[in-house]
Amino acid sequence: MIELDIVKNDDMEMLLKDISHLYGYDFTQYSKASLKRRLNRICMLDKFASFAELRYRLIHDGAYLSRFIEEITVNVTEMFRDPHFYATLRHHILPILGTYPFIRIWVAGCSTGEEAYSLAILLKETNLFEKTLIYATDINPSVLEKASKSIFPLNQMKQYSRNYILSGGEKDFSSYYVSMYDVAKFHSGLSSKMIFSTHNLVSDSSFNEFQLILCRNVLIYFDKDLQNKVFKLFDDSLQPFGFLALGAKETLRFSNIEQRYKQWNEDRIWKKIS
Amino acid sequence: MMNRKTTEILLIGGSAGSISVLLEVLPHLNDHLSFPIMVVVHRKAHPESILEGLLGFRSRLPVEEAYDKMTLKANYIYLVPADYHLLFENKQMVSLDCSEKVNYSRPSIDVTFQSAAQIYMKHTVALLLSGANTDGLEGLRYIAQQQGTVLVQDPDTAEIAYMPQQALLNLQVDTVLKPEEMASFINQLSTNY
Ligand SMILES: C[S@@+](CC[C@H](N)C(=O)[O-])C[C@H]1O[C@@H](n2cnc3c(N)ncnc32)[C@H](O)[C@@H]1O
Repeated sequence: MIELDIVKNDDMEMLLKDISHLYGYDFTQYSKASLKRRLNRICMLDKFASFAELRYRLIHDGAYLSRFIEEITVNVTEMFRDPHFYATLRHHILPILGTYPFIRIWVAGCSTGEEAYSLAILLKETNLFEKTLIYATDINPSVLEKASKSIFPLNQMKQYSRNYILSGGEKDFSSYYVSMYDVAKFHSGLSSKMIFSTHNLVSDSSFNEFQLILCRNVLIYFDKDLQNKVFKLFDDSLQPFGFLALGAKETLRFSNIEQRYKQWNEDRIWKKIS
Repeated sequence: MMNRKTTEILLIGGSAGSISVLLEVLPHLNDHLSFPIMVVVHRKAHPESILEGLLGFRSRLPVEEAYDKMTLKANYIYLVPADYHLLFENKQMVSLDCSEKVNYSRPSIDVTFQSAAQIYMKHTVALLLSGANTDGLEGLRYIAQQQGTVLVQDPDTAEIAYMPQQALLNLQVDTVLKPEEMASFINQLSTNY
């Protein structure tokens, strides 16, 4: 089903300004078309008969904000999403990072953590796990809460296992978790090198220097100006010769930092060269 | 009769059995259309690069995969990439979105059709091809509500008739087209001759 369209563009602008003023979450530079769908969706889910009702609730009930952030963001993710990308990490990028004494990786917009766990598995298999820290951040605290639990739906495992094998994994994928009822509980060792924290790419600043930053399928939700602002943040957070990895349909081309980065073959990975 | 409103976007949606129709129609399109064409097809088995090449080879118009925040150009054919929904930000710019599947599909035809109708209103033209599900039906309904133009493939000519049939059963369709009629119909929507 597609949602009804009860949200007008002007109403949306007004609401976003309210939220920014009242709560400090600035969504005004998000892609409008997607945001509009999410707003229509939340009106349907929470049974607001009109957009005005949603606005009233948001303005007068501070506790509703977290629900709003949860539903307005798109948290869809997978383990080993785009297997070819993980194959490149495994065979080309991680061996380069392995020459450093200590590796710091930032997964920005990590959602429920599937990407971070995929990385942890790769690091285990390339024997780099012990000297690595994975910083996994998101704007939405509730996905981070889930991510830290190492528990994922069991019915996804068939697909994740397929992705894992396509990405060059040679083990039995099920050796990384135990099945309990309808969930897969991943071994706690995997999350021992992960640090989960909220971080808003729109308003928070650089907090460390990394050799690898993954920010996949987050920038599609931002308009071009905001994309450039976030690229600047990543540029400030990357060590010289560090790598920036984007989603399958995202690019550094046409961005303000393009000239100082070199793309890794056809992959969505860029190396900082100056 | 229906050509009083200029066409600003042509959407083509299809599922099983739609690629062969595209391959038949594309070679006969004018290469100076006054609007862009956005193609949404379900294609589990086809990695996009293959489809892009396949259609590009048959077409005189350039065929490109749509990318995020891309600027639309008239006389181009764009393919929605696998695993993303495509939305219109305004008349010139699209964005991608990897949110939940709609009708078990990503890309979903409904999602792109609805988004187009919100932006181009009555200047939207959409053509629904062969397929085995109802993705596209709600999108067409939405386009009709905005006074856009609704076209469907003649179910008798469709490899899988279900999708166009459902449209005919449930909606006011402007024109039913056989594959061999599609190119000339599309060409006459253009204001460039
Ligand atoms: C579609 S998910 C991508 C998940 C994962 N990176 C992947 O590619 O599978 C997008 C994530 O970006 C997060 N996000 C959206 N806006 C953000 C912001 N301003 N700062 C940090 N994260 C944000 C959302 O909460 C969501 O979890």
